[in-house]
Amino acid sequence: MEAQGGYMLVAILLTSLAPGVTIFFLREEQFALRTFLNMAGAVFKVVLVVALLVGVYREGYTYRFSVTLLPGIDLVLAADALSLLFASLSATLWLVTTVYAIGYLEGSPRRSRFFGFFSLCVSATVGIAFSGNLVTMLIFYEMLTLATWPLVLHRGTPESFRAGRIYLAYTLFGGSVLLAAVVWLTVLAGSRDFTADGYLSALYPEHGTALTALFVLLIAGFGVKAALLPLHSWLPRAMVAPAPVSALLHAVAVVKAGAFGIVRVVHDVYGIPLAVEMGVMRPLMWLAIATIVYGSVRALFSQDLKRRLAFSTVSQVSYIVLGVSLAGPLGAMGGLVHLVHQGVMKITLFFCAGNFAETLGIHRTGEMGGVGRRMPWTLAAFTLAGLGMIGVPPMAGFITKWYLGLGALESGQGWVIAVLVISSLLNAAYFLPPILIGWFGCPAAPWDRERFRGHRLETHWMLLLPTLMVALLALGMGLLASAPYSPLGWVSFIFGVAPGHGSEGFAGGAGP
Amino acid sequence: MEGMSDGLTWAAWLLIVPLAGALLAGVWPRAGRWIALATSVLVALLALGAAAQVWTQGPQVVSLGGWVPPLGIGLRLDGLAAFMLLVAALVGLFVGGYSLGYIPRDGHGERFWALWLWLWAALNALFLSGDVFNLYVTLELVVLASTALVALSGGAAALLAAMRYLMVGLLGSMAYLMGVALLYTQHGVLDLGLLAQRGGEGTAMMLAATLMSVGLMAKAALFPLHVWLPPAHGSAPAPASALLSALVVKGAFYILLRLWLTVFQDLAHPGVMQLLGGMGMLAVFWGGFMSLSADRLKPLVAYSTVAQVGYLFLAFPFLLAGPGGWHAAVFLVAAHATAKACLFMAAGNLQEANGGDDRLASVAEVMRARPLTSFALGIAGASLVGLPFTVGFVAKWILLQTAITSGAAFWAVGVVAGGLLTGAYVFRLLGPAFRPGPGRSGRPVPVLREGVTLALALVCVLLGFAGSAGLRLIAATPVAGPGG
Repeated sequence: MEAQGGYMLVAILLTSLAPGVTIFFLREEQFALRTFLNMAGAVFKVVLVVALLVGVYREGYTYRFSVTLLPGIDLVLAADALSLLFASLSATLWLVTTVYAIGYLEGSPRRSRFFGFFSLCVSATVGIAFSGNLVTMLIFYEMLTLATWPLVLHRGTPESFRAGRIYLAYTLFGGSVLLAAVVWLTVLAGSRDFTADGYLSALYPEHGTALTALFVLLIAGFGVKAALLPLHSWLPRAMVAPAPVSALLHAVAVVKAGAFGIVRVVHDVYGIPLAVEMGVMRPLMWLAIATIVYGSVRALFSQDLKRRLAFSTVSQVSYIVLGVSLAGPLGAMGGLVHLVHQGVMKITLFFCAGNFAETLGIHRTGEMGGVGRRMPWTLAAFTLAGLGMIGVPPMAGFITKWYLGLGALESGQGWVIAVLVISSLLNAAYFLPPILIGWFGCPAAPWDRERFRGHRLETHWMLLLPTLMVALLALGMGLLASAPYSPLGWVSFIFGVAPGHGSEGFAGGAGP
Repeated sequence: MEGMSDGLTWAAWLLIVPLAGALLAGVWPRAGRWIALATSVLVALLALGAAAQVWTQGPQVVSLGGWVPPLGIGLRLDGLAAFMLLVAALVGLFVGGYSLGYIPRDGHGERFWALWLWLWAALNALFLSGDVFNLYVTLELVVLASTALVALSGGAAALLAAMRYLMVGLLGSMAYLMGVALLYTQHGVLDLGLLAQRGGEGTAMMLAATLMSVGLMAKAALFPLHVWLPPAHGSAPAPASALLSALVVKGAFYILLRLWLTVFQDLAHPGVMQLLGGMGMLAVFWGGFMSLSADRLKPLVAYSTVAQVGYLFLAFPFLLAGPGGWHAAVFLVAAHATAKACLFMAAGNLQEANGGDDRLASVAEVMRARPLTSFALGIAGASLVGLPFTVGFVAKWILLQTAITSGAAFWAVGVVAGGLLTGAYVFRLLGPAFRPGPGRSGRPVPVLREGVTLALALVCVLLGFAGSAGLRLIAATPVAGPGG
């Protein structure tokens, strides 16, 4: 099918880029205009992404836009089913988080700067989603670094500056490694569009060593943002940023940019057959497993709520890498669907953490005792998302683990299921205690602050509404997993298999 | 005759117009700013015309007065020259606009206009010169104009820096001139094309190459011959610093590259070229380290020039990487010139707002209250580091690509590591702008200046999409054989 109007893709970038740049130059007190620009951009982006989804799914369109950067090297934006998976996640959650952020930052200084960089971040993330080749992805990946750094610093405390330095050190290093790798790959194979099953197989085995070295460099470069094991320590520190930043960027955009990059490298640059033949999938799988277990253990021993969530992110993002490294369609489906599932569940948890902190001054898990009586709605959302993370049916996290398990069996590595079980037990060990004391415990000490007491809602409506929306989304994605536009339905569409393949019994029961 | 006369027209006007402007502004300093404005627009258009000429009709060699070398004087307008002319015009245009808001309306400051146009004329002559002696003359003209610009602010530190700069400049020129004399006794000609034809490897040629290279390296401030640069660029008025860092050091680099592309091509042994590249890498790290430990803004930016000049010297090892290997370094000239001019302009805004104080700690407060300048600083800084979407990213990409294609991947490692070092000092500079607390807009700075600074930063972004065109222009440079 001939490529359709690529201007749509540029327009999607502009829906956040243009408001972002404008907002920088607004005065602090121009609240209404700033809010209007933010919301209009976010809504418009969702509308455009939906239009693309329909175009790709119903009509089988492809969208492509390119500009020449250097001889033989183009900046390519393209919408395929995979890029839309990530783009629709980012667009939806950006809309929700914008509402949340407006409520969260109400009355705080330097909001123009905050929302300016926030919009730039989303532009970069959507750019990564729509990158049609590695060079373009590298460009937006680096832009994401630049745009997130000011948000980590936003609070301006010595702690945030320390976190900012560490964040920058990790991400600039990762970006440099990636740059070197992409240049090398371009010299070797030219700058080619992402294609299903990759474009490097002709170079194997002649350039076997170079391809292996490149694979290591590319995974390391993307692994920094995906917080893979030795490169993860920036993430828990970056939690000093305001809650909407932790929620959208550090739970979704930044880490997913890394994970999405790894998916692209494995599937659309190397291709699964070549990657398996090169023998690089097994080490990648071990790396993912190590990160999953390590992250969970660290989360278990973190008493700070946001820190616990951060280590949980370290662990959960590696499910995506694990799914990819299982090297079969079912495993990959599990991994990709988790790209969305983890995003929605984790953003719910971070919104809840933000609500607890803003309303009652709760920062540590031990302080959550009895919070269910004061903030039942928020704790209910936290419970849903937490159970989802553990993998309790019918939450979205269960679908992920189900497909990862099927993928493990499919590739003849059934023992990976043991890893999933251990990880789920660890998830339960660090998510259940705060949930239980929240519902059934009593406050150990009076809360640090008490806002919104006696109001009709337990907290500011702009904090509560987005939280409940994403919690319901996480529930819906599990319940309606076999619907065509559900994440699972979409991932099945990517791999050209009917949703529920290999799991008829379950999908039939959980269908709408 | 048509093609030649066209080329002659463009080249000659590019010398005549700024020179006439300089003379006019010299005798009529009151009208200096308007003369300079008109001249700079005109020269920019002429540079575009010259580049278009090369683009459509290829490189041109013209003989003034119709006498062909060795009797006459040749001007050469090829891709390399046209590219440098364009870079000079672009930076000149923005520095000119900036200076409208910088140079006071009366008093001795108005001598700036004549000096600036004189420098521009000298640089254009340098880029267009086709023989080694004329290159010497233009070098001297550039040094004199630059020294006067450094001394313009009139303080004791500025005068000392200017004297030191003049000494190094003259010593460099002397070394270069001795090389010219050696070449002339060897070959009896001065024309670059004819010298390239005769080539040769003897002791005299080696001596000439050494003398001329060392002289030019001192002028280009290549480590360890850089010590004059930070005080000179750090104490000059902001527009002068911008011109010196963006263009003047590049002039010396340009001649060095020309010589090794033509006259000394037979001497370009791998060892020698690697040595030059290695010195460049040392400069990258030394300059970067010094920038990282600077506690004042202008020295930080000045030391960064020492570092960035180092990258340019990768042109020499890349000469051996096959035709076009050196194009990467020339493209980097454009990236660095725009970013560095912008940084010095931004530094000038912040320093003035802060009452002349450019200590990083107190400049940060002003940065918080001046978003236009701070954004310019951020974008130009990103271009310096080589982050997208800037011309610096494209330049770094080409540099890495050349390094990897030439099979000398260790240069790529150097480029990447140097980029990280650049990132360290750029973000160290930007970080304090995010500290909490109210900003302080300080003394008034003309909004024109802040606007021009930001506009140049946006040019750093736009040029990121001009990579193909730039490389194509640079490629229109005949390297082997006489004249082209």
